[in-house]
This record gives sequence, C-alpha cells and structure tokens, in this order.
Amino acid sequence: MSAPVVDVRDLRTHIVTRWGTVKAVDGVSFALAEGETLGLVGESGSGKSMTCLSLVRLVPRPAARILGGQVLLDGDDLLARSEAEMQAIRGRRIAMILQDPMSSLNPVFSIGMQIREPVALYHRLRGRALTARAAELLAAVRIPSPWERLRAFPHQLSGGMRQRVVGAMAIAAPPRLLIADEPTTSLDLTIQSQYLGLLRELQRQHRFALIFVTHNLGIVARMCDRVAVMYAGRIVEMGPVRHLFTRPAHPYTRALLESIPRLGVRRERLTAIEGQPPDLSRLPAGCAFAPRCPSVMERCRVEAPPETAVEAGHVTRCWLETSPGASG
Amino acid sequence: MLAEPAALARPEADGAAPPVARGWRLPLVPLGIIALFLVVAIVAPLLGLPDPQEQSLRNRFKPPVWEEGGTWAHALGTDRLGRDLLSRIVWGSRISLAAGVLTVLLASAFGAAVGLTAGYYGGRVDAVLMRITDATMSFPVILLALILAVTVGPSFTNVVVAIAVILWARYARVIRGQVLTLMQLDFVAQARIAGAGAWRIITRHLLPNTLGTLLVLVTLQIGYVIIVEASLSFLGAGIPPPTPAWGSMIAEGRDFVTSAWWVSLFPGLAILVVVLAFNLLGDWLRDTFDPKLRQL
Amino acid sequence: MLRFIATRLVQSLVALAIVSVVVFVLARATGDPLYLILPMSASQEDFDNARRYLGLDRPYVEQYLSFVGRAVTGDFGISLRARRPVGELIRERLPNSLKLAAFAMGVSLAMAFPLGIMAAVRKGTGVDRAAQIVSVLGQSLPTFWVAIILVEFVAGRWQWLPAGGISGFSSYILPGFTLGWFVVAGLMRLLRSGMLEVLDSEYVKLARVKGVSERRVIWMHALRNALIPVVTFAGIYFAILVTTAIVVETVFAWPGLGRLAYEGISSRDFPVIQAVVLTTAAIVAVVNLGVDCLYAIIDPRIRYAR
Repeated sequence: MSAPVVDVRDLRTHIVTRWGTVKAVDGVSFALAEGETLGLVGESGSGKSMTCLSLVRLVPRPAARILGGQVLLDGDDLLARSEAEMQAIRGRRIAMILQDPMSSLNPVFSIGMQIREPVALYHRLRGRALTARAAELLAAVRIPSPWERLRAFPHQLSGGMRQRVVGAMAIAAPPRLLIADEPTTSLDLTIQSQYLGLLRELQRQHRFALIFVTHNLGIVARMCDRVAVMYAGRIVEMGPVRHLFTRPAHPYTRALLESIPRLGVRRERLTAIEGQPPDLSRLPAGCAFAPRCPSVMERCRVEAPPETAVEAGHVTRCWLETSPGASG
Repeated sequence: MLAEPAALARPEADGAAPPVARGWRLPLVPLGIIALFLVVAIVAPLLGLPDPQEQSLRNRFKPPVWEEGGTWAHALGTDRLGRDLLSRIVWGSRISLAAGVLTVLLASAFGAAVGLTAGYYGGRVDAVLMRITDATMSFPVILLALILAVTVGPSFTNVVVAIAVILWARYARVIRGQVLTLMQLDFVAQARIAGAGAWRIITRHLLPNTLGTLLVLVTLQIGYVIIVEASLSFLGAGIPPPTPAWGSMIAEGRDFVTSAWWVSLFPGLAILVVVLAFNLLGDWLRDTFDPKLRQL
Repeated sequence: MLRFIATRLVQSLVALAIVSVVVFVLARATGDPLYLILPMSASQEDFDNARRYLGLDRPYVEQYLSFVGRAVTGDFGISLRARRPVGELIRERLPNSLKLAAFAMGVSLAMAFPLGIMAAVRKGTGVDRAAQIVSVLGQSLPTFWVAIILVEFVAGRWQWLPAGGISGFSSYILPGFTLGWFVVAGLMRLLRSGMLEVLDSEYVKLARVKGVSERRVIWMHALRNALIPVVTFAGIYFAILVTTAIVVETVFAWPGLGRLAYEGISSRDFPVIQAVVLTTAAIVAVVNLGVDCLYAIIDPRIRYAR
C-alpha cells in the first residue's frame, strides 16, 4: 500500500492489576491508507479499546503502560513524542469518538462551547467566525437548526444527536485518522443506520482513515474495507472484508461468523463458542484460543503461532495455515 | 502543577509493583483505640484508680510523672483541686462515649424511621416530613443545648436529648435519598406484586439495604457528638460538675495553659484520639461499603 | 428559573415559621424571667406590674402573633437585661459574626480548593497524603481546645496576635483559623473525591482526546462538575460557622451574635434568645437559598429540569 496514514508495529500495552499483569495489547500490527476503513472486531476484553487508547496515548495511568512498538502517523512515531507534542496531535491529526454519547459530553457546558473549544484550538478562530464554523460543523453532521442547537445543553438532546455532536467535534480539524469506538452500540437501530451512513459520507469528504471498533459483524460488512479480528490482545486474523467473510482462516473468526443466526437457514441449535473468554493475566503458553478451539492441535498448546499469509493482504495466526514449506 | 496522562519515554521493563487496593484490610489501629477506650470506660470502677472527685489541696497541680515533681501516684498529674487527672480522664470517657453512642443511636433510629417513611410513601407525606426535617436541620445544636441547659438545668439527659433532637434530621435526609434510589429498583415492585404490604417492604426489603449507610453515618457522627458534648461542657452547659467531663476539664485548665499545661492538654488529647479513631473507622467503613457517601 | 427561586423562597419561609414557633415555645417554657430581673425585695404587685408592662400576661397565642408581627419589621422588643431594643443589640453584634464567618470561610476556601484539587490530581503522592491528614485532623480536633492553646501561646506567650476582641485585621486571624479549620477539612475531602470521580469520566476522556490542554481539562472541564456538591456543602458550612461561633466567640471574647446568645440565655432574656435564634435561622435560610441558586447556575440540568 502506498504510504499508509497509520502504521502500527508490534504495539504492546500492559496493565498491572492486583491479580497480575494483563497483556491487554500484545504485539498488534496493522496499517491503514487514506480513506480506508479498518474494522476492529472482538469480544469484550480482547484489547480493542485499549489498542485505540494506546494510539492516542491515553491509557489509564498509572496501572496501564505502553511497553513498546511503534505507532507511525504519516511516518511520524507517536510513541517517541513528548506529552506536549501529543497534546497538539490529539484531536488535530487523530480524533476519536467514544461509545456512550450520554457520558461523552460534559453536562455543564453548552454544545456550542464544547464544539467551539476544539475549533478555536485547531484553527485559532474567534468570535463570530468561531461560532459560524461551529454551526457549520453541526450542519455537516446533519443536525437540524444548528444555530439554535449551539445554545442547548447535552441533556436536552437525544442520544443520536449527541453522538452526532461528538462526530462534529471529531471532524473539526479534520483529522488524518478517526477512531470510532463502538459509536453506535448505544443507539437505537434506526438511528444506527443513519449514523453509519453519515460516517461514510464524512469519510468520503475528508479522506481520513477510519478505525471502527465493533463486535457487530453486520456493521463490519457494511462499513469496512478491511477487518482485524482480535483475541486476547492479539490480532488473530486480518484481511479484506470480503475474504474474511467468504474464506475465514482462523477458527475463532469462523466461530464468530457461524454464531450469527441467518434468515432462511434452519438450525436446530444456535452455535455458540465453547468455553469462556481467557483470563488475560494468566494466558497459556501457545495460542490463546487453544482451550476453545474446535480444531486444536498439540502444537497449538505449546507454541504461539506467528503471523502467516493466507492470501494477498490476508494474514492469520494459526498453525492450521502454516504447513511445512508454506511461506510464513 | 499538571498531571500528565501516559507519558512514554522508551519501552520499560515489566515489574512495577501492583497498585494495592485500599479498603479490604481492617483498620486495626482505630479499632484498637476504640476498643481500648470502650473497655477502659466499662471497667473503670475496677481499675483501682484514685477517686476522681477526691480533692486534696496539698496535691494541687502536680505535674505528670515524667516531669520534675511528678509521681506515679498521679501519673498524668493533678488539677487545681488536687484531683487525679488520669482517673478523671478515664471516668470522663464514660460520659463522652455514653453520650456519643446513645445520642447517635437515638437520632439514627428516629431519623431512619422518618427517612424510610418519607421515601417509601412519597408525595404529601414526603413533602411534609422533609419540610420538618429541613427546619430541624437549620436549628443550631449548641444553641438549643444551651437553652435547655440554662432553663431546665444542665444534665447528661439534656445533652443527649438536645443533640439527638436535631441530629436525626441528617439521617432522615440521607436515608430518604437512599430509599428513593432503591425504590427505582425492580425488587420493590416485585415485592408489591407478590402482595407485600408497606411494613413488610420497609422492614424486610428497604431497611436491610440501608444498614450499610446507617452504619457509616453512625460511626462518623459519634465523633461529632463527642466534640459537641465536650463543647457544651466547656461552656458550662453540659455535664455538671463534679462529674468529670473532658470539656469542663479543659475549661478548668484554661487559665493555666502555660503553667499547668497538663490540665487542659490531656483531656483535649483524649478527645482528639477518640474522635480521630471513630472518624478513621467511619472513613474505612464508607470506602468499603458505600463510596457514594463521600460527602459525609 | 424564577419559579425555582420562588418555590425555594416559600419553603424557606415555612421553615422559618416552624423555627419561630419552636423558639417561642421553648423560651416561654423555660421559666419565669421576672425572677432574674426584679430585685429580691419586689412585691407581688411589682411582679404583676412588670408582667403587664412586658406583656407577659397575655395569652400565648397573642404573644406569639405580636412577636411575629413585630419581628418582621425588625422589632424584637426590649432586652430584659440590657434595657435596650434587642434589634439594636443584634444590629451591633451581627455584622461582627458575619465578618468573622466570612473571613473564616474565605480562608477555608482559599486553602481547601488548591489542596483538594492537587490531592486528586496527584493522587497517591505526598501532597495527597498530607491533604488527607489535614482533612481527618480537621474534623477530629475539638475547636475550643485548639482555641485556648492558640490564645495562650500565640497571643499570650509569644504575643504575635491579639488574644481577643475585635480590633483590626490581625484580630481576625486566630478566631478565623480556629473556626475555619474544620471547614477546610470537610471541603477539601469533598473536592478531592469529587475531582477523582470526574477525572475518571468519559467526557474528561473525550476532552483529552480532543487535545485540550491538561490544565484546562482539570480547571475547567473537571472542576466545574466537581463543584456541584462542594457548593452545597460550602453553604451548609457557612451556616454552621455562623451558628456554632458561640464557642469561638466566647473564647476569643468576640462581640458577635454567639456571645449575645450566651449572655441572653444565661439571663433568661426571652426577647434576645428569640431574636438570636430567628436571626440565625434566617441566615441559614438565606444561605441555603443562595446555594440553591448557585447550584442552578453551575448545573444547567437543574435549571431546565423544572
């Protein structure tokens, strides 16, 4: 891919808890080009959110720490930057939308104030020009009567509107990378659809790279160009959406796909994935998915599989894909 | 001046000590202090201390044992009338602790009852009860106690009554708030559907859930009551002499703070230590049971 | 917003009314003040005359109503002991108490705010520990004890500050600190826990993600939210300061409301007692009203909820 906007290499973040060290992000690597959308899929605890926080370096201190790796934004390693420099980068070059619109907006400040703040920060506008730009942003996320809305407070808006406001703040700069951490999970279904459409449109306009965190494969199919499946802090499979859906290489991905009930297909029982999500402070040696894998082999329990290519642009970490003599 | 979020210099080795979770280790020191005072207060008559009310002009203003002129017979010294200080402090603890515990028990029982009722019934009942509660809360405790003391005469009962009569309002407010939250939860609705009456719901369902909060409040308030009682005794409106009370002891020693410093110092220290212990215990209880009560 | 204020106003008045009744009853029920005022040699006729003169022979309800009627206009009757209009006494003493309370409050706020915020921002460090020690000590120390020690040493032995009475700025310091000490403790811990909670919130996270400077995040985004419970308590504490100043005023010979109350109570001076309690209650009510309004200003959710 030509000069990726975002290039993450071997990112590792650990969290120290009283029960042990949790390897929340354990060697995650991926790259994204301009205008491309990467879906980040996985169960709770798989490391999706922590990966996003690591990208902006806002992991909850003091327990969590980014241990190593590189995060290249347009070739610039963010992990090597100072905190002051990071502050200038946040919002401007990387923006983020959080999951719960109810709690992402500060309840005591008006919408206008909360939008003007980043705009003033990024573009050094003041007074009338500032307010005009704020209203423009609200209009861009399709909020009706934007000028009136500026004076409203978060509790006066519906969930969908609030999430749009957050979206408006996110594109204020506009950023090179937008991270959306389950932005539609708290919204009603009909609103979800509208919101996703809006995101797509904004991306077309501003050409930012988009990382879309979700546990919903349906959304992945609709929104994403590529998808990375995470399990226990690692990416176990990554590739173009089409390929993953038609030829999933990793047993976990397969299980995820199979567990979606489909219309028109009669089944006796719903398939669920056996076993429990792993205890991240006590990961077994070898492949983390081994305890639950229907195709587990001896080797899986002993050695963690490396990343191997399944086909062009499609990689996985599974011993099943690695046969003697195959390229790794 | 500024806190900084994740600051990374370079990959660091694992091995940071895990942050210890506060709250689950018993606060032994406060508990020990309280236990000590309680035990000593209860067995005071058996301790073989000099009579706290025995005056001896010969022995006036004897300093504590470690000072020049002090003796073990009066380990903490004597006061203006030659009375043994240690003994008076021990006997004074009976007053303070009794006042603290009794007052708080009374106030909390009544206050909780009011709070539960107001929260459960809501509407008119709630509005009326809360008006009364608010009016009560705005009445100054010390003033009331003073009035009672001067009119009916100072006594232990008066102190307890005066404080309890105003303190209950605090409990009522807090418990009512809790009940309101609890009422939103489904288990109350479920109890109603199952046919439970008001009394049952209040006593079997609501009350047990408020006990934690009550316990925290009670512990935190004992210290406050002890200080108020001491203040009243200091002003002459609390426990009447000759019964030893920490507050009046401090008042007696007031004019001799530089010369016979022990007369005022030790009772004050006693108050400080006991109240501190109760407050620390209360804090721990609150952190463990209901951190939402931080404002108390 | 106006409806909000109006409702609160009515509630305050109701509370005041209740207090006035209670005070009236108490003052009457406590015994005959005439015994203190008239000399031993007074005859029964003297008693009757005095009673009539002072209006103490009329039915209680009438006495109460006339009392309320005049109280509203600021006329609290004549002090039985000092033979001066009580209203005058109050006008003399009240400002002193208010000034002291304001001073104490100011000092407390000035200390509690930075301490509380720093303790939260630098949680777990030395500043935090120190703050917590200050806090717990503040609520455990008996004020009057500290007061007399301070008077003895700082004013008596070392002569740095005046021991009592009101005489210019330096005389405010000792009583002000003594009074305010426990307020600092309470407010600081409130601020600390409030800030801790808010610093953990999603909107603070989002503010950081937006690239807002940490300083702004703490002092604007976080603090504004943490202030809400603090404001309520600041109001309560102010009221407490005014009402429990009795002890401090006594120790420091401060000519304020508290001492007036003490004197009034000792001499069974009904009018004074009534007036002082009512005034205190009124102050508390006004402060609470003010706090509620402040509350509504800080938190828009309250404003628009009604």
